[in-house]
Amino acid sequence: MPDNEKIIEIEVLRYRPEQDAEPVLQTYQVPFTDDMSVLQGLQYIKDYLDGTVSFRWSCRMAICGSCGMMVNGKPELSCKTFLRDYYPGKLRVEALAHLPIERDLVVSVGDFVKKLESVKPYIIPKEARSLDDGEYLQTPAQLAQYEQFSSCINCLLCYAACPQYGMNPAFTGPAALALLHRYNADSRDGGKAERMELVHSEEGVWSCTLVGYCSEVCPKGVDPARAINMNKTSSAADYFLRFVLPKGVVK
Amino acid sequence: MKRSNAPIFWSLFGAGGVLSALLAPVLVYITGIGVPAGTGMPSDALAYPRVLAFAQNPGGKVILFAVIALFLWHAAHRLYHCLHDFGVHPGLPSKLLLYGSAFAGSAAAAALLLTIGF
Amino acid sequence: MTRLPYVRPMQGWWRRNPYYVRYMLMETTSVIVGLYAGILLVGVWRLSQGQAAYEAWLAALRQPWAVALHGFMLLAMLYHAYTWWKVLPKTLPLIHVGGKPVPGLLLSAAGWTATLVISAAVYAAVRWWGL
Repeated sequence: MPDNEKIIEIEVLRYRPEQDAEPVLQTYQVPFTDDMSVLQGLQYIKDYLDGTVSFRWSCRMAICGSCGMMVNGKPELSCKTFLRDYYPGKLRVEALAHLPIERDLVVSVGDFVKKLESVKPYIIPKEARSLDDGEYLQTPAQLAQYEQFSSCINCLLCYAACPQYGMNPAFTGPAALALLHRYNADSRDGGKAERMELVHSEEGVWSCTLVGYCSEVCPKGVDPARAINMNKTSSAADYFLRFVLPKGVVK
Repeated sequence: MKRSNAPIFWSLFGAGGVLSALLAPVLVYITGIGVPAGTGMPSDALAYPRVLAFAQNPGGKVILFAVIALFLWHAAHRLYHCLHDFGVHPGLPSKLLLYGSAFAGSAAAAALLLTIGF
Repeated sequence: MTRLPYVRPMQGWWRRNPYYVRYMLMETTSVIVGLYAGILLVGVWRLSQGQAAYEAWLAALRQPWAVALHGFMLLAMLYHAYTWWKVLPKTLPLIHVGGKPVPGLLLSAAGWTATLVISAAVYAAVRWWGL
């Protein structure tokens, strides 16, 4: 080992259901260089120190959303977090909070998939169209109404950030509600009325208490807190005006 | 899926939040520090004749009622959610107690202000 | 393959991250808004009972512990106002001016300015005007 090589101590929260009653921390000494990400640190552990450590990863460039985990208690993409920023301190890596641990750093995402399906995440046309009608035309201003909310990579950092989801998994959650808004706000879409039933419910926007940590941790600038709380305002307006304006409050 | 009634309490919470963000610091200062300790306020700024005249004025009544009532509704809503955040899971009885207190406080404020007369 | 998903407990969740601690502080300041409203309600009640009762309420406010309590409440109310305007932009629809989004901080700044202006106006009214 070269003299100038640095070693960082990485603690990994292990959980092997076939042998562990509950998760346990295991420490590894990992040599690293300044360009290495936390993901590369984990890959070093798996390649040279302990092949049994399990974790998800794919693109290594913060676009696939696979490598989310808790790094020193904060939800991060491990490919976008660097070992040099934690050295000489210790690094603690755990599975994303508020989600059940399947094994080591791998969490169950089944509930999230159900939540995504529940928001009807597809364009519901306002009226039937044929190919002869041509393409939808959309101005930059119309695009600006939903573009940021379409940037979600489903990395689940916002669910790990959201204590309301942690305390009540029935809550639809930040990413799913941001996606719901993405479709409601798209000028091509006509399915708002169908989605609002979910929005108006306790499991919709009304479980959110604007902690705001979801938007803090989002690696793509989606701002789910904005999406949800904007809808609180319109949901409340609709609540009071629904008898006066049965067709709904104009957006 | 059942529609939540949260908008009622959220709107009252929001109104109370805006009003308290605008007025609470200066009011707490005047009534709790400025006048009692005599810092930056003459000690008779809250004298009985002056405050009575304010409370007897219809506009003054509206302001006093709005401040007391909306501050109470704001606090009740946050306290309900605070309990939940601290791990206490309040159900309907707590909701009735907290929002009921805000209602009772608002009703009391209205009744007292009317008793004070014009 | 054995599957036994492990659910971690939520107890003490807010102590695990400074961001959450600040959130809990923000929530608590709202409860203090209610405490102050209670003090004002007692004041209105005493006012309705006549001069002697009202002046007893004023006398209680002059006690050192009362002044100290209000000092603490003042700090809480300032934090409440600061955080209120900070988060309020999250409840507003996206606004674009000249193709660019209006930043939330601008709206927060408008709120903080409103608090300053209205506080100054109320102070002036109580201090100098016939009320």
